[in-house]
Amino acid sequence: MYGFEALTFNVDGGYLEAIVRGHRAGLLTASDYNNLCQCENLDDIKMHLSATEYGPYLQNEPSPLHTTTIVEKCTLKLVDEYKHMLCQATEPLSTFLEYITYGHMIDNVVLIVTGTLHERDVHELLEKCHPLGMFDSIATLAVAQNMRELYRLVLVDTPLAPYFSECITSEDLDDMNIEIMRNTLYKAYLEDFYRFCQKLGGATAEIMSDLLSFEADRRAVNITINSIGTELTRDDRRKLYSNFGLLYPYGHEELAVCEDIDQVRGVMEKYPPYQSIFAKMSYGESQMLDKAFYEEEVKRLCLAFEQQFHYAVFFAYMRLREQEIRNLMWISECVAQNQKSRVHDSVVFIF
Amino acid sequence: MGEVRGGGGGCCPPMNLFRSEPMQLVQLIIPMESAHVTVSYLGDLGLLQFKDLNADKSPFQRTYAAQIKKSGEMARRLRFFKDQMLKAGFSPKKSATQADINIDDLEVKLAEIEAELVEINANGEKLQRAYNELVEYKLVLQKASEFFHSARSSAAEQQSEYASRQIGEESLDTPLLLEQEMSTDSSKQVKLGFITGLVPRQKYMAFERILFRATRGNVFLRQAVVEDPVTDPISGEKVEKNVFVVFYSGERAKNKILKICEAFGANRYPFSEDLNKQDHLVTEVSGRLSELKTTIDVGLLQRDNLLQTIGDQFEQWEFLVRKEKSIYHTLNMLSLDVTKKCLVAEGWSPVFGTKLIQDALQRASFDSNSQVGAIFQVLQTKELPPTYFRTNKFTSPFQEIVDAYGVAKYQEANPTVYTIVTFPFLFAVMFGDWGHGICLLLATLFLIIREKKFSSQKLGDIMEMMFGGRYCILMMALFSIYTGLIYNEFFSVPFELFAPSAYACRDLSCRQVAKLLGTLDSTTMGLIKVRPTYPFGVDPVWHGSRSELPFLNSLKMKMSILLGVAQMNLGIILSYCNAKFFRNGVNVWFQFIPQLIFLNSLFGYLSLLILVKWSTGSKADLYHVMIYMFLSPTDDLGENQLFAGQKTLQLVLLLLAFVAVPWMLIPKPFILKKQHQDRHQGHSYTLLESSEDNFQLGANHDSHDHEEFEFSEVFVHQLIHTIEFVLGSVSNTASYLRLWALSLAHSELSSVFYDKLLMLAWGYNNVIILIVGIIVFICATVGVLLVMETLSAFLHALRLHWVEFQNKFYEGDGYKFYPFSFAWTGDEDELSL
Repeated sequence: MYGFEALTFNVDGGYLEAIVRGHRAGLLTASDYNNLCQCENLDDIKMHLSATEYGPYLQNEPSPLHTTTIVEKCTLKLVDEYKHMLCQATEPLSTFLEYITYGHMIDNVVLIVTGTLHERDVHELLEKCHPLGMFDSIATLAVAQNMRELYRLVLVDTPLAPYFSECITSEDLDDMNIEIMRNTLYKAYLEDFYRFCQKLGGATAEIMSDLLSFEADRRAVNITINSIGTELTRDDRRKLYSNFGLLYPYGHEELAVCEDIDQVRGVMEKYPPYQSIFAKMSYGESQMLDKAFYEEEVKRLCLAFEQQFHYAVFFAYMRLREQEIRNLMWISECVAQNQKSRVHDSVVFIF
Repeated sequence: MGEVRGGGGGCCPPMNLFRSEPMQLVQLIIPMESAHVTVSYLGDLGLLQFKDLNADKSPFQRTYAAQIKKSGEMARRLRFFKDQMLKAGFSPKKSATQADINIDDLEVKLAEIEAELVEINANGEKLQRAYNELVEYKLVLQKASEFFHSARSSAAEQQSEYASRQIGEESLDTPLLLEQEMSTDSSKQVKLGFITGLVPRQKYMAFERILFRATRGNVFLRQAVVEDPVTDPISGEKVEKNVFVVFYSGERAKNKILKICEAFGANRYPFSEDLNKQDHLVTEVSGRLSELKTTIDVGLLQRDNLLQTIGDQFEQWEFLVRKEKSIYHTLNMLSLDVTKKCLVAEGWSPVFGTKLIQDALQRASFDSNSQVGAIFQVLQTKELPPTYFRTNKFTSPFQEIVDAYGVAKYQEANPTVYTIVTFPFLFAVMFGDWGHGICLLLATLFLIIREKKFSSQKLGDIMEMMFGGRYCILMMALFSIYTGLIYNEFFSVPFELFAPSAYACRDLSCRQVAKLLGTLDSTTMGLIKVRPTYPFGVDPVWHGSRSELPFLNSLKMKMSILLGVAQMNLGIILSYCNAKFFRNGVNVWFQFIPQLIFLNSLFGYLSLLILVKWSTGSKADLYHVMIYMFLSPTDDLGENQLFAGQKTLQLVLLLLAFVAVPWMLIPKPFILKKQHQDRHQGHSYTLLESSEDNFQLGANHDSHDHEEFEFSEVFVHQLIHTIEFVLGSVSNTASYLRLWALSLAHSELSSVFYDKLLMLAWGYNNVIILIVGIIVFICATVGVLLVMETLSAFLHALRLHWVEFQNKFYEGDGYKFYPFSFAWTGDEDELSL
């Protein structure tokens, strides 16, 4: 298939690729962010956004706005676009698009399970779920007491079911278990997605493998950093890393034995693509790591648009929009809480 | 043309469509307190295009951002009302009473009404919800009691069966344990709990599955379908639902089931096993239902009344809010004076509007009781002003056609003036059939007669376009009737309208043949001219004859060339008008004159030959003449000679054409270079004199003069232009042959439809076939000839104007004049507001 995408891609994918590239042109630019950062209150933000593609979604909101409303409406727009594309898509693009949402599904499952563990109201939790990761029986998750039940009751009907095979235990759910479950699921999901993309072949496989490898490596680093000082054993930690990516396998061995952040840094600096990320940080600092990773990710996602006739643009677009919504949320929060000096801390410019 | 040639300023007042309105850049200094009124009056006037003086500021940093937000909020309220009215089935009416209302009062009023409406809605919703719950409850009571009834009767049956069996089969065979089993069963019987409720039908399967899995099958589930969709109390939407009864045992199972119910949005309702209680409940629920119903109705009535009053004034409010918003948007474009006491506006206005604008300013300062009036002054600028044509409903579609190619440069000769006639005429040349023309005329007359009605209502996309161009279509129809008469075609049938045919049969035998064939003759051999020439258009005798096509082709082809050469010459003459108007002598001497000579020495000469051939009836071969004029100009013309001295003339013309090419190409770039050098030298000396000018428009002026002069670029540009013109004059002339081609296609298509459909059907002498034939003929005529052919002829006429005509003179790189006017805000802001 490789090399012949130009000949056949447009038969099924041309329309949607055009659509997604059109959507991409609507992403906020650096000048938009500059203007947004200067806003005095949320109404200013609304006013500015009304000149962008978010306009129709925000125009009917009554005036005392909340950050959540803005984020909710912006997400709604993304969901609408996603649904439109999914409706138009044919195989294998539709499966590809569905794969994009599994990550949210995992997050939602974890959110609900954690919430019920702490005896929160289910409806309140449902509102917090990402709309892209919703499935029919999601609310029933609250019934489950342990992972076996969770799987048997609810998840067996969802696409996540195969990923669960690795983490079924009869232990009762607690915070630690849930976190391990999330990472195991994510690992299985990323590996599955990676295999799927390899199967698609061509430019899609090439670009997606880069993007997914980055994602896997980032998760590996995060898992390592978060598990430092917890009772997670080295072997367990090693098991949570996805079995592909730039760090696989030697980097994983080294990460598994890391005891503090500087050791992680030492491991990562051996890999040229990550060297630049860590070079930006001073020693012993991990706060800015997230932002640095996000920036790198955005850069890679933008590059996905440079090539034509592949599916990675859909993945890249969804991710970029999510980043944009995160940015908007941060800006709105900063504006709402009068913390404008911190506005630049976590905003990642897309263009 | 005479008055146009006068050019050079305002000396040709009657033709204001030929040159765009003279514009001026004006500056207004408006005191802060009267700014709002002033802008409002200017908006009513609609003669000033404001320049954005705050382009570098983001929307919320501008002076009037707060007011814009306020009017945005009001617009949101209005949208909310509109939404509510739509839901309730009202449509905003045009109110007869134009109550005078202040914008501030309106804001308060809107807020009040919104609060009231929201409250009414909230109350109504609460009641509606209670009502829907009761409806659901009633359904559950009905359906569940059915379960229990059937269960009870079947249980009784079993009981009696068991009893009968017990009596009948009391033998030794009976297992001893059976009785024991039976008896212990009742004593050990666990108290079964049950839950009743409603669940959406589409979720029912999943619900059942999860229940089964969660309790490991230890439930008994009964369900019944509710036939009609039920309004869900929480979402308020109509949903199809099932009533269910779940029997379970044990407290843990109950908790699980309750959680599952909650997760599936299944509404649970209490239910009693006791029959009396059930009946009691049913009557109670029915009673409360009817009570609630009346309350809801009263609430609805109240809401409807409120919406009615809103609906009466809605349009007026909407207009007011829109106007307010556009005023503030405009005010945001003005820059604040240093003293913060007045606003400075800059904008373009047509010169004729000066007096009107000044009047408006005076009125505004008077009405706002301002102590200082607004100051109006004209600025000098080298910036290119916008292009503004005052069109009416007749000329506007033609102006649109020209604008679609490109908006004319400021004060450039406007091709619209000629397009009004040439466009429909060229269309008609391709669409020559007076029957079709009449159909088109009727259609467009329908639009024109109902103009008032149509212009007030919203039409579809295509209809809108038709309606916008109705006068263009009218002209097209009239001209196609005219050309149709010339071609003598009426749905491809010729008529002897103006006189009997000039030809008749020579002898009797030929006449008999003619009778047999239905036409006069299939050849023209046997015909002799018996009368004077047919007075207007094509003699009907040509139709159906063997030489019809060669005759018409030669006629139409030559006609196309004549029309084309005429129109291209007009284009070149217009380039002269432009050069004269902008006082550009170089263009006259080194562009207009050689172009005119080149075109006319080749194709002007061809046209002359055509005319001579027509008038003398010569049999000379014009192709031959033209080709050998180039190949061997000195050869003798022989039998192709049309007039004396033709050979000499041809030699002269050929020489002229060859001279014209370098004339076009070489001198102009050199002259431009020299001019540029002169200007550049002179500039350093004259700088001081015009210091006042320079002060006001410093940057502009400078950048204009220090423009780099790249000789190679100019020369290449000129080269391209020359090549384009030389090759273009050949290809453009050929391009005009499309007139002939489309006209041929049209007449052939219509004759095919006529002969092969209508005449064929006629020939069968069968009513049904005839009717079918007529229907198909009408469909084909309307669909293919009237719609598709119109479109294609329109497109080709468009192309001939845009490319062949306008590339001779039209720059089309101007920009349109968009004055700030409330008339615009009508439909354009509908979405964004």
